[in-house]
Amino acid sequence: MSVLVYADATEGTFKKSAFEVVSYGKKVAEQLGSNLVVVTINANNTSDLYTYGAEKVVNISNEALTTFNAKGYADVITQVAKKETANTVIVDSSIDGLYLAPFVAVNLEAGYASNTVAAPSSTAPFTVKRKAFSNKAFSNTVIATENKVIGLAKNSFGIHENPVGGTTENFDAEITTTGVKSENIERVTGKVTIADADVVVSAGRGLKGPENWAMVEELAGVLNAATACSKPVSDLGWRPHGEHVGQTGKPVASNLYIAIGISGAIQHLAGINASKVKVVVNTDPEAPFFKAADYGVVGDAFEVIPQLIEKLKAFKAA
Amino acid sequence: MKILVCISHVPDTTSKINFTNNNAEFDKNGVQFVINPYDEFCLTRAMWFKEKQGATVTVVNIGGAETEPTLRKALAIGADDAIRVNAEATDGFSVAKELAAVVKNGSYDLVLAGKESADYNGQMVPGMLAGLVDYNFVNGCVAVEVEDKNVTAKREIDGGNETLSTNLPLVVGGQKGIVEEKDLRIPNMRGIMMARKKPLQVIEPVNANATTSISSFEKPAPKGAVKLVDANNLDELINLLHNEAKVI
Repeated sequence: MSVLVYADATEGTFKKSAFEVVSYGKKVAEQLGSNLVVVTINANNTSDLYTYGAEKVVNISNEALTTFNAKGYADVITQVAKKETANTVIVDSSIDGLYLAPFVAVNLEAGYASNTVAAPSSTAPFTVKRKAFSNKAFSNTVIATENKVIGLAKNSFGIHENPVGGTTENFDAEITTTGVKSENIERVTGKVTIADADVVVSAGRGLKGPENWAMVEELAGVLNAATACSKPVSDLGWRPHGEHVGQTGKPVASNLYIAIGISGAIQHLAGINASKVKVVVNTDPEAPFFKAADYGVVGDAFEVIPQLIEKLKAFKAA
Repeated sequence: MKILVCISHVPDTTSKINFTNNNAEFDKNGVQFVINPYDEFCLTRAMWFKEKQGATVTVVNIGGAETEPTLRKALAIGADDAIRVNAEATDGFSVAKELAAVVKNGSYDLVLAGKESADYNGQMVPGMLAGLVDYNFVNGCVAVEVEDKNVTAKREIDGGNETLSTNLPLVVGGQKGIVEEKDLRIPNMRGIMMARKKPLQVIEPVNANATTSISSFEKPAPKGAVKLVDANNLDELINLLHNEAKVI
């Protein structure tokens, strides 16, 4: 039996989430006494994965899989799982990972634990810790089935180097018909996305109007951060919906989350709580966000942020 | 067009989350339950198909009798009829299997479900359902149009949107954007009165086995107090973020 990790190589290259999911797979394989196999689709340079413990990589090169297709991808991952007699399949929690994993679970009749945040606390019964109730709690979930699918929450296990002399083989997958066709992809280029960002700079109604976002953008630029906003701000149309973070918006699990002029409603906190370090800037010392934050500045954003930008520029230049 | 909207009965998003029975069970005491917000977006989109394209709209929930007020609310918003599968929703796979039986039995053309529920956030039921009944599937859907059997949909991707074309029958995992928040329906008095007379059918489960179970819950470790930095001493903030938190 082996552990199979799917490492996403969107547009040919791996993101950090791929290295995290391989690091995690290595750990699970050790716990189970199994070998680790990593499957990739149209990846350019699979040797990047050897650093994180991928002894064996199976790459599928196929033009029919150039554009992501959940069912198509799930079916080829399933084929590799069967060929490698893998009974544990691990995927990341990207938008695409969450789209394809349920299909893999159905294909393999596997119990599926999404939003997993740690290595199994026990392998018999197979128990993993998962996020639940929008980051307000965790559940310890037992997967009872022989086959298992684990969805690893972003930025939860971390990236761990474990260099091995790996090998890559190609796999000639059977391409299934899928029924859903990609017609057009619109993607903002040249900007860090919230899902990829190590640092997210987020602002709320405290900024008083959309015309005041230049300093948020500038701060994000200095920190190589993604920009985000609270729900009222996207509802008011000050910022695009894609920037709304919180319970019904995008989840954030960055290393650093900076909240400017956001009071910290429970729904907002639920969406960003998985971030490791939270900094709050707010004029109101009673803002609930201060209770959830690691560092706080009580002050006027219009004075604090421009100063912070200058000081960070000096810090980065030093 | 026959539409099925899957409705999860979840704690209101402002609820305090507590556990009982040695942290083995969610404490429902004092918790108000609502239609899962992600499902509410889907239900409103279904109303649009009903009003503009003459679709019929059935809502379904897997749960005990205590979930019926939530289904009645969906009827008050405008669904035509409701089905409650009389089983406790324990894990995603078994819920998907119960829903698959309902979908097959009713030959629905379009199944709308929130991409996740606000309680367990599993994000697995819509995809598993699509896989089980072999329907097309669009997840993270922010727009869907149907013309005859042809479907154009948009889904959110990292940093943008992808436009997809597909066909009925289809399962959609919906989220905010499939309708805007301001367009969400609130039941009016007439709707509430009519909902009382609409059919709510209780059916017995197919008794799908759960594949996972929760052995216990935990709350996040209590957080230390916030370290306040004076607004005139931002060098200290940079120092803390660099040397203590090590995030810049």
